[in-house]
Amino acid sequence: MTRKKTLSVIGKPLRKVDAMAKCAGETVYADDLNLPRTIYAKLLRSPHPHARILGINAARALKLDGVFAVLTGEDLPQKFGIMPSTEDEEALAVDKVRYAGDPVAAVAAASETLAEKALGYIDVEYEVLKPILSIEEALASTEESQRIHTWNRRANVQKAVSLEFGDVEGGFAGSDHIFEGTYFYQGNTHLPMEQYCAVGFYGPDDKLTLWSSTQTPHYLHRALAKVLKLPASRIRVIATPVGGGFGGKSDPFSHEICVAKLSMITRRPVKITLSREETFYVHRGRHPVKMWAKTGVKSDGTIQAMQYKTFLDGGGYSSYGLASVYYTGALQTVTYKVPAYKFEGVRVFTNKPACGPKRGHGTPQPRFAEEIQMDEIAENLDIDPLELRLKQLVEANSVTINGLQISSCGLRECIEKVAERAEWKKKFRKLPFGHGIGFAASAYITGAGLPIYWNNMPHSGVQIKLDRSGGVTIFCGSSDIGQGSDSILVYAIAEEFGIDPADIRVVSADTDLTPVDLGSYSSRGTIMTGNATIQACGKLKPLLLEAASEALEVPADDLEFADGQVRSASLPSRGISFAECVVKAEGKHGTLGATGSYWPPKNPREFKGSGVGPTPAYTFSTAIVELHCDSETGEIKIDKVWIAHDCGKAFNPLLVEGQTEGSVYMALGEALMEEQIFRKNGLHKIPSILEYKSPTTLETPEIETILVETIDPEGPYGAKEAGQGPLLPVVPAVSNAVFDAIGVRIHEIPITPDKILRALEGRLKAVSIPQFEFPAPLKWQPGEGVKVEQKS
Amino acid sequence: MLRLPEFNYIQPRTLREATKVLADLAPNAMLVAGGTDVYPKMKRGQFAPRHLVSLRGLRELKGIRQTKDGLWIGAGESLTAVSRHRVIAKRLPALAHAAESVSTPQLRNMGTIGGNVLVDTRCNYYDQTFFWRQAVGFCMKKDGQICLVAPGSEKCLAIASSDTAPVLVSLGADVILVSKQGERRVKLEELYRDDGIDYCAKSQDEVLKGLLIPKEALGLRNVYLKLRRRGSFDFPILGVAATMDLDNQGECRHARVVLTAVASAPKVVAEAATLLQGKKITKELIETVADAAAKISHPLDNADLDYWYRKRMAKVFTLRALAQLAGLELVA
Repeated sequence: MTRKKTLSVIGKPLRKVDAMAKCAGETVYADDLNLPRTIYAKLLRSPHPHARILGINAARALKLDGVFAVLTGEDLPQKFGIMPSTEDEEALAVDKVRYAGDPVAAVAAASETLAEKALGYIDVEYEVLKPILSIEEALASTEESQRIHTWNRRANVQKAVSLEFGDVEGGFAGSDHIFEGTYFYQGNTHLPMEQYCAVGFYGPDDKLTLWSSTQTPHYLHRALAKVLKLPASRIRVIATPVGGGFGGKSDPFSHEICVAKLSMITRRPVKITLSREETFYVHRGRHPVKMWAKTGVKSDGTIQAMQYKTFLDGGGYSSYGLASVYYTGALQTVTYKVPAYKFEGVRVFTNKPACGPKRGHGTPQPRFAEEIQMDEIAENLDIDPLELRLKQLVEANSVTINGLQISSCGLRECIEKVAERAEWKKKFRKLPFGHGIGFAASAYITGAGLPIYWNNMPHSGVQIKLDRSGGVTIFCGSSDIGQGSDSILVYAIAEEFGIDPADIRVVSADTDLTPVDLGSYSSRGTIMTGNATIQACGKLKPLLLEAASEALEVPADDLEFADGQVRSASLPSRGISFAECVVKAEGKHGTLGATGSYWPPKNPREFKGSGVGPTPAYTFSTAIVELHCDSETGEIKIDKVWIAHDCGKAFNPLLVEGQTEGSVYMALGEALMEEQIFRKNGLHKIPSILEYKSPTTLETPEIETILVETIDPEGPYGAKEAGQGPLLPVVPAVSNAVFDAIGVRIHEIPITPDKILRALEGRLKAVSIPQFEFPAPLKWQPGEGVKVEQKS
Repeated sequence: MLRLPEFNYIQPRTLREATKVLADLAPNAMLVAGGTDVYPKMKRGQFAPRHLVSLRGLRELKGIRQTKDGLWIGAGESLTAVSRHRVIAKRLPALAHAAESVSTPQLRNMGTIGGNVLVDTRCNYYDQTFFWRQAVGFCMKKDGQICLVAPGSEKCLAIASSDTAPVLVSLGADVILVSKQGERRVKLEELYRDDGIDYCAKSQDEVLKGLLIPKEALGLRNVYLKLRRRGSFDFPILGVAATMDLDNQGECRHARVVLTAVASAPKVVAEAATLLQGKKITKELIETVADAAAKISHPLDNADLDYWYRKRMAKVFTLRALAQLAGLELVA
């Protein structure tokens, strides 16, 4: 069988498979589901950020006509959480609430209005406790009585880590210059257009179906089984089309468990749609992180050693926090050669909504620090910031000091291209006061190397069914969150079988019907489902070719799949249609179907915490931001952003550009205005889409996207991720551009106009770093066992 | 999602009928025109009227036309219509700009100029859901006893948040109010009170029929500068409206500066008239006016961005507004 040399579908700007339905308003989101006999649920939320529950009495609510059921914590006592080692959440608080907005009871009633009313008839007696609202307070509250949770070892410290790679002390000792700085990356939320919604139905067959706007139907399936104490085999989770996820719909949530349980009690479909305000309380967004960064360099700017301390404000629960804290130290080594590296990180509990993964998960914060520090090193040593980086870039097929294997690497090309398009040399340090340009680079993962819970099964599975009509159906557990994962499956099949994408159907994200895919997180979709799909097609091809070979009397190794045909490559007029080929193959071999699986390459590292960082392939991004800053008002206007992204291979350049532009937009919001902030009494300060400032189209500048293709050996057709990485360089590039414009360094985001004025007057205080004794570092070096596998 | 509570919706066909209905139901009724502020506030429990009396479709509240007295603007005209009106766009760019800076295109298509002039004062402790306000402990503007922004304050400190009001005050506009008892015409600025709760002197049984901008105002130079985070959606966290008239020698015959979002009512900066009238405009003079503007601005921690920053911007924006009208170059 000859491999096609040219691609006919991959790389083409095709329409997304669900685009027309979305444009026409016909996509059925979770809130659009209207099952017969549906009743409606609402959650009663705690007004206190930290309190003991002394008693709950729902008797008055249950007396209301039209109220079907009320749940409280004791109905669902089983703890759960996305990370198996830190399961500390309850569907409804059992004896303690940990943030203002923590659910304490759930009502199911005949209407949403009635359910809302019934909440007012549930009597909860609280003993109010002093809330812990900052990293400093959390670290200072070492008394047992001040604990938010009791399972963790040190009071209000969820996790503290310390890792050391290479000779850090020697690296700093051998440096000509040492640069140190402190930084703060404010927390912010995902702000998806679609609020959370779920519908649960426990049917007469004693089986539960849950429809939910979720990025991770498989993990939700497991959590439901655990908390509801039902066999997983009797639970079906269907992820409805997700109207924006960005990481915020990756945990199993209280509202999902509650509608399931309420349906088990009432035997009616139960629906819940959270309000915008509640969406701010569910959160799981970007961690506020305080950082201390130190870099030692030779006088020519080459890095000798790097050291980071990070302090993460985790909120009331663990969520993905265990991974988040490691991610704040994982990828600093993946852009420039760092011969020695030390990282210490700590995530604390505070009485605020839990933080979790948001686009870039734990890596945008240290990247912000690293890229500003690189800019400062360049400034100080009088080296162009691009030159400083170009002289010490990581290379393809290399291993970093912390043992991460880099396969393809287009970082140099990303830097060169973005500089050329933005006319960097003409502008940098040459623009008038108030007008500036800034640069930053970054790296990101294409899918986590390890699953959330330990198992040796594939990370992604697909099943393909061939139909006598010539149609192909693919079944896959991945959930389309707008990024186009359904489309990716279609493009891969169309490419492999040479057929029209319109002849392919996708059934996705339904745990009854589709093989497991771990979900739409960590930018794993394209590489994992794409490879699994190619593998499944590869299993079917010999069957098809054998049938076609017989029918056409052409040797199988001269046959190709192209233009809807199976035909002779040397004599293309000799062929049969794909549909005819399927008919012949089915007659010969019986019903046609195949599965495909994908496992990422084995993690080459073997120490505690080594699961965070490895990936099948790293992507690289660079950004140049040009802006104007009004020194009297402190207002910033972004003129233009140039962004280059090494995506391996653009599966569909339209989708890659869309993801890249979306990342830039989201990054600008984080850089300039978005803040998840709280009042002194622990209440969210601005839980509305009006007062939580997220940029509009009017604040979004022209974005010029440059796609760099490095054809990664592990990626399907060479493809790597595009959904998250391009966010990372934009935020520090804004800060670096502000320095170029008005000569002040801003080490914290969002860069609001008042901070600009303070900085211009020398009144902006340096970010303070808390005192904390980290554990002794775990020392590790890439050993003999770590080599780059040369992939074909 | 948040649901609307139950209420009676009454749709009068004439202004007369509206005033009659209002006179009968007054304490338990609210007027609604575009509904862009009323309905969300009902969902959040900030307004709880038993009856809503709709002003939509009242012909008496429609029309923008030049009369012998000046320019008449019907209170029921949409903000979009006001911002796009030929005479307004040409002669009163400040008003056109203020109207088109309110919220978003969709809301400007629904929202009316009358609704904007009378729009409720705003505060981050008040413009929240029932759940949130209950959790924080309710403020005196709704359901509570004290002001949560400044617990020592005897009055509510919610912020005047209309974009068009400061411009109309700077233009010397009158309002025409109609009740069952008849019609009255008052200066718009006299309608406002510096009290976040009792911010408007319109009585409950009165309907705002329209606005009259005096003929002389159509010849004034005018400008409106708005401070907000984004180019859409946001209410003003500072607004500076200014009008000016210069004679042929460049001497100032008239100058007026009105601020919004710095108190519970639009604030007239008296120094604009006293210091500038009869003089040639200089940078020093307008700086003094700008300092006076900052001095009477009392932003508090109940809106977007730091209050010290907003106070400072009162000066910068006033300076810029006056410089623009006087044709002065400000060199930083």
